Amino acid sequence: MSKEVTPEFKKSVTTLLYQLADDDYLFSYRGSEWLGLAPHIEEDVAFSSITQDTMGHAKLYYTLLEELGEGNLDSLAQLRPKEERRNSLLVERPNGEGYYKEAPNYDWGYAVARNFIYSTAKKAKIEALKASSYGPIQEIATKISAELYYHQMHWTAWFTQLFTATKDSRSRMIAALEEVIKDAGDLFSFGEVALCLATFDLIESEEALKERWFTVIKPTFESIKIAVPVLPTPTINGRNGQHTDDLTSAIETMSEVYRSDLAASW
Amino acid sequence: MTTTELHEALIYEVLDTVKDPEIDTVSIIDLGMIERVQIKDGSVRIEVLPTFSGCPALTIIQQNIEKAISQLENVREVAVVFINNPTWTSDRVTAKGREGLKQFGIAPPPRFLKEDGSWHVDCPYCGSTYVTIENIFGPTACRSILYCKSCKNPFEAMKLISTSM
Repeated sequence: MSKEVTPEFKKSVTTLLYQLADDDYLFSYRGSEWLGLAPHIEEDVAFSSITQDTMGHAKLYYTLLEELGEGNLDSLAQLRPKEERRNSLLVERPNGEGYYKEAPNYDWGYAVARNFIYSTAKKAKIEALKASSYGPIQEIATKISAELYYHQMHWTAWFTQLFTATKDSRSRMIAALEEVIKDAGDLFSFGEVALCLATFDLIESEEALKERWFTVIKPTFESIKIAVPVLPTPTINGRNGQHTDDLTSAIETMSEVYRSDLAASW
Repeated sequence: MTTTELHEALIYEVLDTVKDPEIDTVSIIDLGMIERVQIKDGSVRIEVLPTFSGCPALTIIQQNIEKAISQLENVREVAVVFINNPTWTSDRVTAKGREGLKQFGIAPPPRFLKEDGSWHVDCPYCGSTYVTIENIFGPTACRSILYCKSCKNPFEAMKLISTSM
């Protein structure tokens, strides 16, 4: 930490932090839309607890950004427009048809598939971040890792269960997984700044992370007798600020209260 | 309060009166949240380890610490700083803290993960080991929901958190 922070190093750190923060923020938002809708009450407790943890993780990253002079953490989370966001396409995709306040027609299979893929990918990243050259990121990674342990265990249980329960659940999970993988092309991408991040040893390369991920998910895919999916080349890359309109409406909904009175103290 | 010189022991004594906002039988000292206390010319700096990342009680705890310490004589200012190094782990809960949790009906955090990655606690009410986990997630980020098959009480347990997870 006492190492001299050059402007180039700082730029790389903030670039990486935006990707990590925006991923967890949006993932948490999509989770919050499920509140009250999960298949049974214990699941509602579990899913909302995971969502709350994940918002806490986003806050840890935004706090670091604030400390690095990027601005107020609430504003970073709530007010940045679509073009400035660096989250993966996977987390901005809506939960399904409808709107959470009226006639949400969400698919639980899709939720389980997305949450499993996201949590295991996050696990691969967090393991790599424990060796980051930037001390504060290392510390946060250690903290997140223990909470993520429970998330990963939870989604792995659901994922395995639904893939192996009945013929119907299996075919629906196969379809859901396909949808999820289609959007996961930029999950491990660092976009245009990849080279920069590698230079400073902030996190492992995209290839190394995919290797890690493969090791994490292999036992689960073996147990459900499905080939480990191959991530596609992204058609649009969230790490470069390319997003869909789904992100715009998510940000609008999420920040509605905050924007209603910017001077208020929450 | 009598005129006393500020010293670390006194600060810790006051910190022990700051309770977890949701579990009033344990203090923030019992939970192992205090990492360091520094005093200089009436200004007190307290380094606190946050427990769970998304815990909304953290802000309340911060305010309660500030309130309690600033009531001491000779305190000019109080700074409560959350730090992430070292990271808080559930083995920081003290013996007194483990007792306090039990009094509240919460099983203290298990000490280790079993080989299959799960953990076990005994019932905080009757001590039975014959329990089932109903939900690893609970009403707050730090707790799981269990059921005792001996005394037939539902109860909660504080989750295990370690750096090896």
